[in-house]
Amino acid sequence: MTDTGKTAADLRDRLWSAVLGGDAYTATDTLYQGLDIGLDTETLLLDVIGAVQEKVGTEWAADRITVAQEHAATAVNERVVTALVPSSPVPADTGWGPSRGRVTVACVEGEWHAFPARLVAEVLALRGWQVDYLGAQTPGPHLITHLRRTGADAVLLSSSLPTRLPTAHAMIAACQAAGVPVMVGGRAFGPDGRYARACGADRWAANAREAATALEGGLTAATPSPGSTTARQPVDDLPHLADQEYTMVVKSRTRLVEETLAGLREEVPALRLYTDVQHERTAEDHAHIVDFLAAALYVDDTALFTGFIGWTADVLEARSVSPRCLVPGLHLLARRLHDFPRATALLHAGAATVAARPGTGPGNTA
Amino acid sequence: MVPSRGLPSGSRPTGVSVGPAWSEAPCPILVVDRNGGIVEVNEAARTLLSGTAGGDRPSWHLPDWLADAHRCVTGGPSTTCAPTRSGRIGERMFEAFPTPHPDGDVVWWLIDDTDRRLAEETLRRAQERAAVLAGVSGTLLSSLSVQTCVEAAARLAVHHLADAAVLISPASPAGSDRFPVTFARAGGPVTGTTRTVDPATVPGLAEALQGLPSVPACWIDPGEVPAWVIPQGFEGPVGSVVVTPLPGHGVPDGALILLRSVGRRAFAEDEEAFAGLFAARVGAALSSVRVYGEQSRVTALLMRELLPPALGTVHGVEYAGRFRPFQDSERIGGDFYDVHPGADPAEETLVVLGDVAGKGLDAAVLTGRVRNSLHALRPLAHDHGHVLGLLNTALLTSPHERFVTLALASVLRRRAGRVRLRLTSAGHPPPLVLRADGRVEESGTYGDLLGAMPSVSFRTEELVLAPGETCLLYTDGITEARGGPVGGELYGVERLARDLTGRAGMPAEAVVERVHMLAAQWLGRGRHDDMAVVAIGAPRTGPLAVVDGDGHADRRGGADPHVGEDVRSPNTHWRQKRTRRT
Repeated sequence: MTDTGKTAADLRDRLWSAVLGGDAYTATDTLYQGLDIGLDTETLLLDVIGAVQEKVGTEWAADRITVAQEHAATAVNERVVTALVPSSPVPADTGWGPSRGRVTVACVEGEWHAFPARLVAEVLALRGWQVDYLGAQTPGPHLITHLRRTGADAVLLSSSLPTRLPTAHAMIAACQAAGVPVMVGGRAFGPDGRYARACGADRWAANAREAATALEGGLTAATPSPGSTTARQPVDDLPHLADQEYTMVVKSRTRLVEETLAGLREEVPALRLYTDVQHERTAEDHAHIVDFLAAALYVDDTALFTGFIGWTADVLEARSVSPRCLVPGLHLLARRLHDFPRATALLHAGAATVAARPGTGPGNTA
Repeated sequence: MVPSRGLPSGSRPTGVSVGPAWSEAPCPILVVDRNGGIVEVNEAARTLLSGTAGGDRPSWHLPDWLADAHRCVTGGPSTTCAPTRSGRIGERMFEAFPTPHPDGDVVWWLIDDTDRRLAEETLRRAQERAAVLAGVSGTLLSSLSVQTCVEAAARLAVHHLADAAVLISPASPAGSDRFPVTFARAGGPVTGTTRTVDPATVPGLAEALQGLPSVPACWIDPGEVPAWVIPQGFEGPVGSVVVTPLPGHGVPDGALILLRSVGRRAFAEDEEAFAGLFAARVGAALSSVRVYGEQSRVTALLMRELLPPALGTVHGVEYAGRFRPFQDSERIGGDFYDVHPGADPAEETLVVLGDVAGKGLDAAVLTGRVRNSLHALRPLAHDHGHVLGLLNTALLTSPHERFVTLALASVLRRRAGRVRLRLTSAGHPPPLVLRADGRVEESGTYGDLLGAMPSVSFRTEELVLAPGETCLLYTDGITEARGGPVGGELYGVERLARDLTGRAGMPAEAVVERVHMLAAQWLGRGRHDDMAVVAIGAPRTGPLAVVDGDGHADRRGGADPHVGEDVRSPNTHWRQKRTRRT
């Protein structure tokens, strides 16, 4: 490991304990020390703060920190970023931007996880771009109005939850119809960006550095034919939507969740002893399963669904709940959706994912 | 009477004879023997052939295309050819239909289709151009900034009309000699600059900028076009030039110069006309874009007063607020909040959160009045009841028949980081307090809504926040959000309180974002009312042990709950607090 790497690792450890304690002062000081020993701001943003923020997620999933610690850590990280980045004068809104160009960074509508997008925005600003950062949960119409007003050269959309993919798809198409090329990033688009392509994005970036490099290489719309203005419909990019499975699952989401819960009360006696809060969490879990099922149907990808089921199983196991409790719900859903071959196949694959886990024998289902 | 098949039998050795009705038929008819010799013609054919050959009968011969067609008809089944049975005779186009006779002669009926072909060709070109113009309009209308619209127009002009296009926008400032100029050439980038232009030096430009009819291309000497007009990288000398006005709504919106190099066909008359149609589209689009830009500027200016304010830290107390209108395409609505800082740290800061009955722009206009009134009444804020009573009277006498609910908080920072609050609710959900031990309390204030009854009463509650504790004001859009995993259920204050349990110690802005996120997740895709939240936080004085009150692992948020879900602070007060701590 290089000196920089070692130093960054050391700073990460110190920042980690500071953010866990909710101590913004120590956290900020840690980063300033990084600057004093010669690390650049981009390294601190991505390799120290970004890495710590990622650890917040994995530690929470593994039940090693509480949800309150997670919130405090995120809040402190936000403050640290603000303290670290130089304040740049806001350039006049002339439309003819500076030489590097003007870009907009935003989160997909309904997306509240803004921190990765913020890091991207700060890195691009450091590299000389004029960046408009719109933050979490940007409604589509606001984004388009903003793009038109500012004449952005490109828009970068972030999303962490695959359940937002249909919304992301619509926003990508809207930006492109306004003549602005779209780069996307975040976990929602899959580990290799495969859903980015499915949703018609012009570019996918795995991380902030890759996004910056791609922009520097010149981001152009994938379909630059002049005069091509035919409004693109989702089914043009995703022909399998014509089978209506996605549409039906989304439309009957509420009923599916209700029926699954009713079925579970019949089949799993332990459920009858649940408190109201536990019932609500169970309902939420199954609503999530239906939402991810819909997302997997939307992009027609089994790994999206089995990946979610595997992640949920990890989270449950870390909290000493057997992942087996997911299986009855998956089977109930498959029975409700027996007329839909893609949906049933996904649900069976999900159940198989749980069954294939080491040490997931039959037994405790609550 | 014209026989439909064969020919009337006659005395002629060729076996074909011509009756009077036949010979006077309006379409040209020729009888041709097996060797291609013309045996007989009717009057129409005679006129046609005389017109072309001019001589007497022996010099008549079949046009090549008809001779080929004739060989095919007489050659028998073994002949392989696919003749086009149409072609030119003189100035006109004909289609030929044969009627073979048993003795080997063939009667050729010629139908003049010149006009149909012309019409078809014209129709094809018109369809092509209509498609181009539709595409042009679509592209131009999708760009709502003047710059992108101008660039798109230049690019399209090059794509459909010329080797290079130069778009001269109206002088800026008006009346000066400074003109924004946009250049495009085939295979090159679109570039823009603002430069001094004397329109008189470019042939046709002065007329075009005044919106006068275009000077015909053939009158413009390409050699007179000044060098600056020709985009860099333009290949070869300029061969022909079109200068056309961009007709805006009522006034010209600049001019378009189209250039073709000497290597390419000069602009034909119909191409010039098409350039005019193209320019009309561009001018109309540019006018709309300018009007839209002006409108948005005015709207933005007027709306600025109605937008929720940016909050931050005032006199050692954290404030954060966030508003989500019932329609995500809106920015303003019937919910509002304000923080009126005390003149100094020893004076109370007044926080207002309110909800005007109704939604959208109408409600927003009234929020502006209420906010102004409260600003004026601020000096009386030591007595919340008095302020609210005065506001109630004002609302009762105003022409707007709308109710208003309000929560008032007077905030003062005391010693040891403690913050004293006086809270009063006027028909508003009672504020919640996030205590350091993780509990969530509902404050005991209550009172009447405003603008309904002549006399109103309120109960003000006083409480103290310890460091790390937060007081949350929210409008009923949050608690009346309908949704949840099974849909249609109210979110409710109990659920809100439960979801906030154990969240003490979070910065005010994180609490605000958290509440909006909870409501949004509860809603799912459901419709909702305006939602506004304000948090008043007593800053933590040092690291605080964070407790998770109910000990429950929160799985809401799905696959990835860890990344920054609580805070969005691009332009918050933290920006201003960037000085390094020493």
